[in-house]
Amino acid sequence: MTFHSILFEKPEDGIKPETLEAPAYFVDLNLDQVVHAFTARRQEYDLKPFFYTPLREAETILYRHEVMRDLEDEQLMAYIKRFAEKMILVRRYLGLVEKLDFNYHKKGWFLEAALMYCEAVTSLAHDLSLAGLGSRGLLALHDYVTNYADSHGFQSLKAEAEGVKGGLSNAQYCVTIQEGTVKVRKYEGQTDYSLEVEKTFEKFKQGAVKDYRVKLNDRSGMNHIEAQILDFVARLYPEQFAALDQFCTQHSQLVDETLLTFDREIQFYVAYLEHIANLKRAGLAFCYPKIATTNKEVYDYDGFDIALAHKRTNENAPVVCNDFYLKNPERILVVSGPNQGGKTTFARTFGQLHYLASLGCPVPGREAQLFLFDRIFTHFEKEEDIHNLRGKLKDDLVRIHTILAHATPNSILILNEVFASTTLKDAVFLSQEIMTRVMGLDLLCVWVTFIDELASFSEKTVSMVSTVVPENPIVRTFKIIRKFADGLAYALSLAEKHRLTYLQIKERIKP
Amino acid sequence: MKAFLMHRDRDFDPQHRLPRNKAALIQDLELTTLFQTMAQDDKFLSGVVEQAVLSSLEDLDDIRYRQEVLKDCLNHAAVIREIYSIPIEFIKNKQRHWMSIFTRYPSAILSGANTMLEMFVGLLKRLRSIGDEHAADFESEGFRRFFAMIQLELDDDYFVVVENKVQELKFRRGVLLSAELGKGNEGANYVLRKPNRSNASWIKRTFGKKPPVYSFTLHPRDEYGAQALGELRDRGINQVANAVAQAADHIESFLNILRIELAFYIGCLNLSEQLSQIGEPISFPLPVASSERKLSFTGLYDVSLALTMKQKVVGNDMNADNKNLVIITGANQGGKSTFLRSTGLAQLMMQCGMFVPAKSFCANVCAGLFTHYKREEDATMTSGKFDEELGRMSNIVDAIAPNATVLFNESFSATNEREGSEIARQIVRALLERHIKVFFVTHLYKLARGFYNTDQEDAIFLRAQRQTDGGRTFKIIEGEPLQTSYGEDLYLRIFGTDN
Repeated sequence: MTFHSILFEKPEDGIKPETLEAPAYFVDLNLDQVVHAFTARRQEYDLKPFFYTPLREAETILYRHEVMRDLEDEQLMAYIKRFAEKMILVRRYLGLVEKLDFNYHKKGWFLEAALMYCEAVTSLAHDLSLAGLGSRGLLALHDYVTNYADSHGFQSLKAEAEGVKGGLSNAQYCVTIQEGTVKVRKYEGQTDYSLEVEKTFEKFKQGAVKDYRVKLNDRSGMNHIEAQILDFVARLYPEQFAALDQFCTQHSQLVDETLLTFDREIQFYVAYLEHIANLKRAGLAFCYPKIATTNKEVYDYDGFDIALAHKRTNENAPVVCNDFYLKNPERILVVSGPNQGGKTTFARTFGQLHYLASLGCPVPGREAQLFLFDRIFTHFEKEEDIHNLRGKLKDDLVRIHTILAHATPNSILILNEVFASTTLKDAVFLSQEIMTRVMGLDLLCVWVTFIDELASFSEKTVSMVSTVVPENPIVRTFKIIRKFADGLAYALSLAEKHRLTYLQIKERIKP
Repeated sequence: MKAFLMHRDRDFDPQHRLPRNKAALIQDLELTTLFQTMAQDDKFLSGVVEQAVLSSLEDLDDIRYRQEVLKDCLNHAAVIREIYSIPIEFIKNKQRHWMSIFTRYPSAILSGANTMLEMFVGLLKRLRSIGDEHAADFESEGFRRFFAMIQLELDDDYFVVVENKVQELKFRRGVLLSAELGKGNEGANYVLRKPNRSNASWIKRTFGKKPPVYSFTLHPRDEYGAQALGELRDRGINQVANAVAQAADHIESFLNILRIELAFYIGCLNLSEQLSQIGEPISFPLPVASSERKLSFTGLYDVSLALTMKQKVVGNDMNADNKNLVIITGANQGGKSTFLRSTGLAQLMMQCGMFVPAKSFCANVCAGLFTHYKREEDATMTSGKFDEELGRMSNIVDAIAPNATVLFNESFSATNEREGSEIARQIVRALLERHIKVFFVTHLYKLARGFYNTDQEDAIFLRAQRQTDGGRTFKIIEGEPLQTSYGEDLYLRIFGTDN
């Protein structure tokens, strides 16, 4: 197999124009935060388009699972990171060459880029031969990089670069600074004066001492004084600098295109695995989901909201995991229960799990089967706007109409508290109408609602309820469980929390 | 260079973690008064004195080492105060000169450190001459070692070498650096070099083939160039600047250590001067091993009380050798608390190597001194008073070990006498069996009587003395616990005239 891309097995899949815009439901599902967390420290790779593109081919998802599994090996991951770090330096050095002003300074950095590139390629080829690879993608890459590293072109690049560098490293020189005058000559064995001074004061150097050495900034750059000195050094050592001139002319094209692409694409995996490693350390489970393409039975055990988990583990706070499953003919999870009880989080989790699965990533949970959707649609309650009630209801209906017009039986729908801004009677009526259409399309759906009637609507609906601690109904467990929606326990607790029970109101309103 | 005046073999650590019950000790033993007298409004002295008094020594040799040094100090107070003035002068000078060492420029660091070195040489020469003049008068191991170290480390030849380097480091003939081509052909590995001596003959110098030298001179208005050149020079002298600054640092730290190590003794000198003005006696205590049970003294007075009253106070005599339990009962305002405090204070003072406020004092050292005093109502309202008392007791139990000493003052009286006595009895019993020495001032008759009736040989019972007319002498004498604590006396004295 010829190597094209670590993200797509078939070359034609990779050449589609990259998706630059996040899908519409990203904000509702907090996937924008998640992707930001994946990519924030890797801006230079421009990884977002990869995370914006869900896959439609189960086969490609499998291709990525294989690569992910290989990369879960810490040793291999360390090899890949080492390659990446070197390639970062190569790009940085080449960037310098573009910016710098002085001839031998530019050529000096070009030589550094070449040396670093040779090192990156050589060690990648060597490292991959040590790793036990199982994935089609990485095996193909290994073949590719081994052939490339053994090629005559690469070998001579490496030998020349090292030769030129060796010559330059031996060019030792001396600079005398007195007032405004600088003299440059070859080094003639003068002794180290710092050592002499240190020896004099050694008696005073007992125990731990503060380091007064100033960190003189090692900025890459050269001022006109240093450039002038470098010119003098070139005159002191003419052959070494002639060799440098020749090297730069001969090797202007340095980096192989396929490896450049690989260096970027592999970061998709590195970013994801690195991110979830933190969550795994906090005891959260991830698994490779089974991908269902026709069957709509889905499940996930011990799943969680990956965005919330990221935040909570950073605060050393516990993360509540939840289970769900849908068995035929069940399609719709109707979630009700007390506010602030984790309902929205649950709905987001359902969407996130499916989206992450479609990228070919491991997903939160011990064990999962998830559906390969064509599109996800979300409708989340937006900021309350008390001045625009009528407009909002209308807006809600228009949006849901559009969704249902575009949805196919392979789509996923997530509704969160729709019709919250109308009368209960209206809301019940409208919800039942929409529910009928959703069932007609056979959509997989999560519907967060305060309308109990929806929970037992038909054999396709499953009622799930956010729960409270029985002894103290004000305390939420954030557990969402399959349960008949009774609507009572939480109504009282909510009234209590808002100090709206009979006694409380009498207390607050003095006679 | 080490001073080693506080410990035979190590520096005194002014940051050493103090016992967790530090706040209780300070409050219960009125240590603030003692510290204030010793420090005489000097914050630095105050910090060191507090640290020294609260970090008790347990090794008898360590205590004696300090006692000997302190005796030398008392005998040569003027010389000690003169030595102490050296680090003090350094601090004044430092505020004037030292600022430049905090800059980011090696050349500024070098010149600042160089200036400091010149000053240090002056101060160290003074220290040396004090030693030359007075060393023979000192007898303690600590001071003998100290003066010997000064003579050995600060010899005249060394002063010459340092003064020469100080001159060289002004680099009047320019700075010579060697370098290599680093990454990107940028100069790297700058090393400061000593120019080669020109040994070649006159003829060779004139007619021999000279190695090529290229040079240029900055345009006088090229400010950016001058700055760049300065940076290059800084690269070269970074390491020597570091060496010189570290040397200056070291001398500074020696002077700081000297200040710290003397501070405690200066505090002791201050205290002894104050007590001698009042006319109170001091004496050096005789410590014995912590496994023994010794406590005997004559003329022991409460030093905090004497300092507060600025007059002589009642002293007590006692022999409680071989006793583990001291129970003190008797008259209100009869001097029980003062007595308890005076024993605690003397114990602490002995264990930091000080003299004690007594005509004579001999005690076993203890492995930790703890106080458990009745407290005011809990201000935070978080727990009831008895609950709070038990909480503090539990903290003490967490921290305590055999051969420690606990001073109880009216503890466990926040409940009724029967319960309080029973709880106290169980606690005291357990402590005694763990070889912990207990002093207990109490009104809990049942507690005191209970121990009295068991005829324990290792217990002693004391009472505040009461004269037949109800008057108090503030003396504590041996005597069995009595049912009343003479609150009636107090009542009558205050209300009696109303009748």
